[in-house]
Amino acid sequence: MSSQLRDTPLRAVHERLGATMTEFAGWLMPLRYGSETAEHNAVRSAAALFDLSHMGEIAVTGPGAGEALDYAVCGWPSALAPGRARYTMLCAPDGGVVDDLVIYRQSPDRFLVVANAANTAVVLAELRERCSGSAVADETAATGLIAIQGPNASRILSPVTDLPLDGVRYYAGAYGKVAGCPAWVARTGYTGEDGFEIFCPAEDAERVWTALTDAGDASGAGGAGGAGLPAAGLAARDTLRLEAGMPLYGNELGPDVTPYEAGLGRVVRLDKPGDFVGRAALTARAAEGPRRTLIGLVARSRRVPRHGYAVLSPSAGTRVGVVTSGAPSPTLGVPIAMAYVETGARGPFGIDVRGKTEPADVTELPFYDRSKQG
Amino acid sequence: MSVPAELRYTEEHEWVAIDGETASIGITEYAAQSLGDVVYVSLPGVGSRVSAGEPCGEVESTKSVSDLYSPVDGEVTEVNEELDDDPGLVNAEPYGAGWMFRVRVAAGADGETALPPGLLSAAEYEELTKSAG
Repeated sequence: MSSQLRDTPLRAVHERLGATMTEFAGWLMPLRYGSETAEHNAVRSAAALFDLSHMGEIAVTGPGAGEALDYAVCGWPSALAPGRARYTMLCAPDGGVVDDLVIYRQSPDRFLVVANAANTAVVLAELRERCSGSAVADETAATGLIAIQGPNASRILSPVTDLPLDGVRYYAGAYGKVAGCPAWVARTGYTGEDGFEIFCPAEDAERVWTALTDAGDASGAGGAGGAGLPAAGLAARDTLRLEAGMPLYGNELGPDVTPYEAGLGRVVRLDKPGDFVGRAALTARAAEGPRRTLIGLVARSRRVPRHGYAVLSPSAGTRVGVVTSGAPSPTLGVPIAMAYVETGARGPFGIDVRGKTEPADVTELPFYDRSKQG
Repeated sequence: MSVPAELRYTEEHEWVAIDGETASIGITEYAAQSLGDVVYVSLPGVGSRVSAGEPCGEVESTKSVSDLYSPVDGEVTEVNEELDDDPGLVNAEPYGAGWMFRVRVAAGADGETALPPGLLSAAEYEELTKSAG
């Protein structure tokens, strides 16, 4: 392992838990603690904790911060009420996605921009340039980010915080205390379940983590067998977000993709006033329609379609697309994948799984929707 | 990490146990832990011939897929059909219930089973995994 890797404030916790660590976007991160399938299932059925301190936190502040962000990203941050959050994207002038973001309006003059770890530096540089009238500060190193995700998340977090969680709606957040530490608590996540993301001072991260683990133990709500609140690593995070049909930068999103191809044209607010970076290109793209479409695939074989595998037309076997993400779905019990295919291409498709074509059926995204579960 | 002394190993992380003319083959605990949860094992067909050092199957886990290499030459006599329903046996008992396939290997002129050269002893394999970090 390179000594250049950054540690999160919870490194010691992961070591005590015996995590398998991996390099991710320049950080040393927990990949799994035991079975990643068990961690995935804990989030679907109960709850689990994630260390997401590698994510980038960039504060944009000042009287004109909202309008400055309106120019910088394709969403409409100035229209957000304080306490609300929005999923949005930072695009290049040609409309390509530089990063996908969640922006929280923490107060009238303060916005917290959460960027992917791999893109934090470039987002920071772009925001400094695009929001020149506002203060733009990288708070990543000073911030611990812990997510508690799963249907029992609210029940476990409640006794540890002074915030009335029933009052925190989906994609909203509030300042409060968690385990006595100052925190921004938001009802957001990347798993397709209910849950919260807790931003706290880095030096308090271990205290918050331990309090949540203990609260999970005490409530018995953390998982089967009274084993307490389990931790979940990046492996489970990836299968959870894939089942939920959520894009991952570097897979479904990148500089050669506009939000429209990713099926996320709704995040581009062409109706907002004023210019923004990428407006001309995105306006043109919106008018001409997407050149390719992001689809969901369910494999008929047990061989897993993975990132980069070719998608073939059923009849001629010619290449019509490429798999962006694929994994065995713990919830569905079959391999699932997202793929870009030429607009108009109709399934079922073949997937070139290392030289042998395996059939796959097209399915609506997401693969898993908690609101449709019995 | 368990590396049973009585087994032989490959650099690709398979183990092989010899009993008379039968070689039983699986993947090591080190391999199983590195892969994470195994979700599917594709095995060679019974009656097919496998060659030492050649891929003869695949091991799919959540995050990756790996080729399965045969450590020996011979004819496949049996595959572990339990893995079809419960591939997690590879993680739970890599040297036991998680075995993968059996091969009939030819005896040499002296009646001893002729193993291909290059298989590692337990000590050598342990050294390999340590140097791999």
